[in-house]
Amino acid sequence: MIWIVQFFLLLGVVFSVIGNLGVLIFPDVYTRLQASSTCSTTSVFSIFLAAMLSAGISQLTGKILVITLFFLFSSPVSAYIVARFAWNQDIVPWRKLKPRPSEFQEANE
Amino acid sequence: MLLSFDLMVSFFVGMIMISMIRVVIGPSPADRLIGLNLVAAQVLAILVLIAVKENLAVYLDVALVYDIFGFVGILAITRYFGKKQEKEP
Repeated sequence: MIWIVQFFLLLGVVFSVIGNLGVLIFPDVYTRLQASSTCSTTSVFSIFLAAMLSAGISQLTGKILVITLFFLFSSPVSAYIVARFAWNQDIVPWRKLKPRPSEFQEANE
Repeated sequence: MLLSFDLMVSFFVGMIMISMIRVVIGPSPADRLIGLNLVAAQVLAILVLIAVKENLAVYLDVALVYDIFGFVGILAITRYFGKKQEKEP
């Protein structure tokens, strides 16, 4: 059982490092949002699984289960809210080649 | 044990420091919101880890309320800035 807990803690560490690096070095709002939302959800979910396995069957496990269910609901919804906020503020998605002038005008209108 | 809960709490505090960089230097309000979302998720993980380590169920109530208020806070901030953006032009 200890090694399963260790495995999930290690998974949480790896996903957290990847998510924070992505938020630091990605070039645009949408790409940063993708790194932040997926990696933070998986890392925190792994930490919750490790905590539930480590606590055994007790009062703590039920409360962590309720928090996990609410977190699985609230984290994608808040990522969607931030993405809709960025889209409503006319932030053009980043691309490697520069957009053509006609597309740029369409995006600005 | 290889990774104890103490070590994980210290690790997540360091990760919060790193993701606060994006909150400080973010060019637009959406970037700062992404950083705040990340900080809220990691503080939630820290609260659950401390609760399991100390075997106290009180921290989990705090964690649930913190999660709800983080969600409502992001909703309120986006509503505020979106309305302000419409009124200016």
